[in-house]
Amino acid sequence: MSTPVAITGIGQTRYAAKRDDLSMPGLVREAAKRALDDAGVDWSDIDAVVLGKAPDMFEGVVQPELFLAGALGAVGKPMMRVHTAGSVGGSTAVVASHLISSGVHKRILTVAWEKQSESNAMWALSQRFPFAPPTTAGAGGYFAPIIRAYMRRTDAPEHIGWQVAVKDRQNAALNPLAHLQIPDISLEKVQASPMLWDPIRYLETCPSSDGACAMVMSCEDDGHKDAAWVHGTAMRSEPMLFAGRDEVSPQAGKDCARDAYAEAGITPADIDCAELYVPFSWYEPMWLENVGLAESGWRAVDEGRTALGGDLPINMSGGVLSSNPIGASGMIRFAEAALQVRGRAGAHQVDGAKLALGHAYGGGSQFFSMWIVGSERPS
Amino acid sequence: MSDDPVTRFKAPVRLDYTVTAGSVTADFLREILKGRLVGRRCPDCRCVYLPPRSACPTCGVITTEQIEVGPNGTVTTFSVIRFPFEGQVLEPPYACAHVLVDGTDTPLLHIVGNCDVDDMRMGMRVRAVWAEELKPTLASVRYFEPNGEPDVTYDSFSGHV
Repeated sequence: MSTPVAITGIGQTRYAAKRDDLSMPGLVREAAKRALDDAGVDWSDIDAVVLGKAPDMFEGVVQPELFLAGALGAVGKPMMRVHTAGSVGGSTAVVASHLISSGVHKRILTVAWEKQSESNAMWALSQRFPFAPPTTAGAGGYFAPIIRAYMRRTDAPEHIGWQVAVKDRQNAALNPLAHLQIPDISLEKVQASPMLWDPIRYLETCPSSDGACAMVMSCEDDGHKDAAWVHGTAMRSEPMLFAGRDEVSPQAGKDCARDAYAEAGITPADIDCAELYVPFSWYEPMWLENVGLAESGWRAVDEGRTALGGDLPINMSGGVLSSNPIGASGMIRFAEAALQVRGRAGAHQVDGAKLALGHAYGGGSQFFSMWIVGSERPS
Repeated sequence: MSDDPVTRFKAPVRLDYTVTAGSVTADFLREILKGRLVGRRCPDCRCVYLPPRSACPTCGVITTEQIEVGPNGTVTTFSVIRFPFEGQVLEPPYACAHVLVDGTDTPLLHIVGNCDVDDMRMGMRVRAVWAEELKPTLASVRYFEPNGEPDVTYDSFSGHV
C-alpha cells in the first residue's frame, strides 16, 4: 500500500512578461514562501526539494538549480531537478508526490519556474538541427502542421480555435495572477489578429512569461481540512519520429491518461474540470480527445461545454494561453486542479468540483504527465 | 529600468560545437553529395526511414538495407511562416511541409518553394530541387517544388499526418 499524498500548500507568483523586480532566486522564493505560508509550515519542516524548469537555453543559464539551494532552503537536504521539456512542471509534481507515496519522505517542497524575459525561447526553439534544412520556427512552427492535420481529419470549422482563444482570456480576467489581461477579447479580435504560423493566429498563441509555481505535499493533511489529495499520477513518453506515429493524438498521451484514470479508479466522465496544457488554442479540442474527455473535442468547444459555466470546464485559470512561464506551466495546471478541489480558486472556481485533472506535455508531444486530484482522501 | 546597468546586465553566450554524425548519418550524407536520397529499411516492420535511422524506433531492430527513394513526394500537411523572428534563415512568408518522399514511411520536414504560399495544399505532389553545390546536409535539397502531377487523395496519405 502506498502512502496517500496531500497537497497542503500552493503558491504562485504573479505572471508577467518581465518580472524585473526579482532575480531568478527571488522569483522561485516568492512562490515557495507563499506555498509554505499556505501550508502553515516553515522551511525546517521540509524534508526535500524537487525542482523543474524547461531546457536551459530558454533562459540562458545552465543548471540554475546549482545556485538556488539557498533561496529554497535546501541546504543540507536532498534536492533534485526533473527535466522533461515543456511537461516538466507536471513531471516535477509527479516525482515529488512519488517521494511521499513511496514512503521515502514525509513533506516535500516542489517548485517550477521560467524567467523567459532573461533569454529568448523563440530563438532557443529555432536552432538548426545538424545536417538539416532551416525549417525550425519555434514551437508554433512545429505544431502548426499538426493542427492543420487535426482540422482536416475531423472537419473542424476554423472558428473553434478562436472560441478557445476567447474563452481562456475571459477566464484569465477572473484570475488576478494571469499574465494576459484582454478584457475586450472577442472572436472578431482573434480573427483579425496577424497570422503567424498559418493556421495559428497571434491571439491563438501563448505569451512568454516570467513566473513560478510551488506546492507543499505531505503524507498527512497537516490539519488542513481542505487539502487536495492525489488520486492518480502517470507519465509517458514516445520518440519524436517513428513510422506510423500519430502526431495529432499521440499514443503516449492516450496511455498516460488511461494509467491515471485506472490508478484513480475512475472514468473520464467522473472528472469535474481540467487544466490541460494548451499553448495554441487548437490543442484544447485535440487534448480533449487524446485524454478521453470528449469524443469530438471541437464539438465540445463549439457547444460551450468547456466554458466556466459548461459541464466540462477546461482551463478555468486562463491556461497556458494566458500565462506561460514554460517550465512552470505544467505545474500551474496541476496546482490549479488542486485549487479547484480545495474550493480555493476564487472567481474562477467551478462550483462543487470534487475531482480535477492536471495535464502537461512537452517536446514534440513526446512527454506527457497527468495527475488526478480529489477533495476526499483516497480510500 | 531595463537599460539600467545595475538592475540588469547583458551576458552574451556563444559556442561553436562539433557534432559527430555517426556511421549511418555519414553514409546518408555521402549519398547526398552524389545527389541521391538514400533511406534505410527496418528488416522487421519493413518501414523506410528518411533520414535513415540506425535502428527502427518502433521495433528496436538495427537497420541494414539502404534504399534510394524519391525524388518525388507528397505534402501531407504544412504551415506557412508569416512573420520574422530572431535567428530566422528564410524570408517570410515561406512554407514548411511534411513531405512524404516516395518510397518512405516517415514524413520529412522541409521547405516548399517555387510555389505561391497561398496555393499550398495537403496532398500536392512535389519533387526535390537540388542546390548547385552539394554539401553534406539535407539542406542540399534547397526545397521541394510542385512537380505537375495531380494532387493525391487524403485517404492515400492520412496514415502519415
